[in-house]
Amino acid sequence: MEFTFDLNTIWFILIGILLSGYAILDGFDLGVGSVYLLIKVDDNRRLALNSIGPVWDGNEVWLVTGGGALFAAFPHVYATVFSGFYTAFMLLLFMLIFRAVAIEFRSKQPMKWWRNMWDRFFSIASILIAFLMGIALGNIVTGIPLGADMEFAGTFLDLISPYTVLVGITTVALFMMHGTIYLTLKTEDLLQGLVRKWSKNAAIFFIICFITLTGATIVFYPKMTDNLMNCPLLFIAVILNLLAIVYTVRETYHSQESRAFVFSSLVILTLMILFAIGIFPNLVLSDPNPEFSLNIYNAASSQKTLKIMLIIAGIGMPFVLAYTITIYRIFRGKVKLESTSY
Amino acid sequence: MDVEILARLQFAVTIGFHYIYPPLSIGLGVLLVIMEGMFLKTGNKVYETMTKFWVKIFSLTFAIGVATGIVMEFEFGTNWATYSRYVGDIFGSALAAEGIFAFFLESGFLAILVFGWNKVSPKMHFFSTIMVALGSMLSAVWIVVANSWQQTPAGYHIVGEGMQARAEITDFWEMVFNPSSIDRLTHVLSGCWQAGAFLVLSVSAYYVLKNRHIDLSLKSIKIALILAAFASLFQLYTGHQSAIGVSETQPAKLAALEAHYDSSAAAALYLFGWVEDDQQEVKFGVAIPGLLSFLISGDFNHPVTGLNAFDPADRPPVNIVFQTYHLMVAIGFALIGISLLGLFLWQRKRLEKTKWYLYILVFSVLLPQAANQLGWISAEVGRQPWIVYNLLRTSDALSKAVDAGQVLFSLILFAIIYIFLFALFLFLLNNKIQHGPERADELSSEYRYQKTIVNKGR
Repeated sequence: MEFTFDLNTIWFILIGILLSGYAILDGFDLGVGSVYLLIKVDDNRRLALNSIGPVWDGNEVWLVTGGGALFAAFPHVYATVFSGFYTAFMLLLFMLIFRAVAIEFRSKQPMKWWRNMWDRFFSIASILIAFLMGIALGNIVTGIPLGADMEFAGTFLDLISPYTVLVGITTVALFMMHGTIYLTLKTEDLLQGLVRKWSKNAAIFFIICFITLTGATIVFYPKMTDNLMNCPLLFIAVILNLLAIVYTVRETYHSQESRAFVFSSLVILTLMILFAIGIFPNLVLSDPNPEFSLNIYNAASSQKTLKIMLIIAGIGMPFVLAYTITIYRIFRGKVKLESTSY
Repeated sequence: MDVEILARLQFAVTIGFHYIYPPLSIGLGVLLVIMEGMFLKTGNKVYETMTKFWVKIFSLTFAIGVATGIVMEFEFGTNWATYSRYVGDIFGSALAAEGIFAFFLESGFLAILVFGWNKVSPKMHFFSTIMVALGSMLSAVWIVVANSWQQTPAGYHIVGEGMQARAEITDFWEMVFNPSSIDRLTHVLSGCWQAGAFLVLSVSAYYVLKNRHIDLSLKSIKIALILAAFASLFQLYTGHQSAIGVSETQPAKLAALEAHYDSSAAAALYLFGWVEDDQQEVKFGVAIPGLLSFLISGDFNHPVTGLNAFDPADRPPVNIVFQTYHLMVAIGFALIGISLLGLFLWQRKRLEKTKWYLYILVFSVLLPQAANQLGWISAEVGRQPWIVYNLLRTSDALSKAVDAGQVLFSLILFAIIYIFLFALFLFLLNNKIQHGPERADELSSEYRYQKTIVNKGR
């Protein structure tokens, strides 16, 4: 397909930015959740929870806004995917609810059983959210059965395949690495030493998943590389991705967590870019009938709506970036327990 | 049961539960601004203690509001895919604007409001409180705009035919300021202020009755009474404006609100009654003849379009709309009475001695909650059988890829989880209330800039 830089393409990129912002930001707090049960002492668990305390719900807003933007810019994708993946999305919603209330409730009572119960909800939900999102991404790569009316024509079990499970596990590994690097930055002393060790293990876990997934994608879904082959300039993204991974691991092993965190954020960003390059201009591939695929043209809102939203985003996003940066600056440094903490 | 009933039931359960919380956040947000503002102005530590206590309750309601709110955003796509395709061009931009303008503002500054007491100066903290309050109200703006568009569509044209038809925007501002937006937004916001104000009144009255935190509680009651009185009176005005709007834009809904069938006749205003839709009459009703005609036109004999003017397939279910509406109005008047009585007792300096009135306040917290729920039921059921008024039927708006079994499964899970959440919410709320505000001297050490401000205050 001929590449034209029109409103539809701009919205493809903007939604990509929102979802990348989500993956980078909520990625680290989901990652903290994924190793949370390995922390044994109650005060240390509170430190881990409070390291994400002031920011986690702001991070989730990136998902809410990404979802809203998808609804507005590509309503057919929103409608097809959300209704087609009904059961998977309901599970995701229940996990998001449990995770939010677990964070809010766990430290409100001193009883051991109470805290243990919410701690389990929090950690399991964090892992499952990452996993289910990976499954969803994996299905965009493999394609799903769509009818001529744009409706999903499969079942919940059609969404689970070895490939999509692999994407799910890789997502968990990626967030685990990202989150443990973040947690090392926010903690001190013994806890920091422990988390630092986990971040090194998580990096290895991610590398194994990444290599397996890349191999599987090239062998089984070579169409993901079509755009790369047609436009070799895009190989810059591949190189940046590989460099970011190498440097994340290197800085993690040298215990340079601030740099490692920047690089692991870049890993997430470049992976999202590669994913976007792979599917462009499609948004949902139809398999077995590729002619029913949803792309940035047949699934889009009118040009007028795309233009109005571009104005809204143009006015709003600078503010969003300004307060995101302000909040992270205010809460920078090691986390301490106070009377207002969770 | 068929998928339509189940999907509607699920939407009703999830939105009804969700809507317990945002009104509390919006109402408390305004009160927090006043409380913290009073602290900065007077330097009186009681206001600091008060603010910190209500911030804790605020963060509890906010967390559940966020968790149950994400469900709503997903549910349009999961259960109402055809509707989402139909309105995406219009509805989507309102939702995206809500995310970009409101949610980021709210969640960002909430971090400072809850966790930032030691990290920023009091002025910066106060600014954050204002931003959280503003953000929570902005989110109401966009969601009410989207809902109002469903009631009174404007600024659009229809593209495509039959099942392929969908609405596309022609004028953004006409869509935003559609005929019912402003009336409904002001009505919703004053309902939210009432919810927050009566929560503070209830808890504070409880403390006075238990002889705890007397000074702080009386000061809280006074702040909340002012907001309660303003919001309750403003509610009467916005409700009246809404009814006039409905008479012009949604005559079938207005007819259902008062069970008015005959188009050639003037319409009565019922105080209460029971509608027998088959016989087209109101049993056990007490009505003031011609009053509805008078309220919307200024003339007691003005004929009002009745339900008989509509095809039976285009009429909403009458009795449920009638009952919820009349209960809401009755509660609205009760709230005006309670808040004006409070102002009177305050002026006579008898507020803390009038035990029976304090007992009324303790239980009054349920009233705005009930009125908010009833009002929404009345507004949404009154729009039936349309999901977008006169354009798209609810029965045509469902997800085609979802079957009844899937919805039943998720509905049961929602019901279980929400009952569990509600029980926990009440348990934790009760705990916080029993624990009460922290003593001021324990708190103030946390304010890094405390001294300078208190000195300035003097």
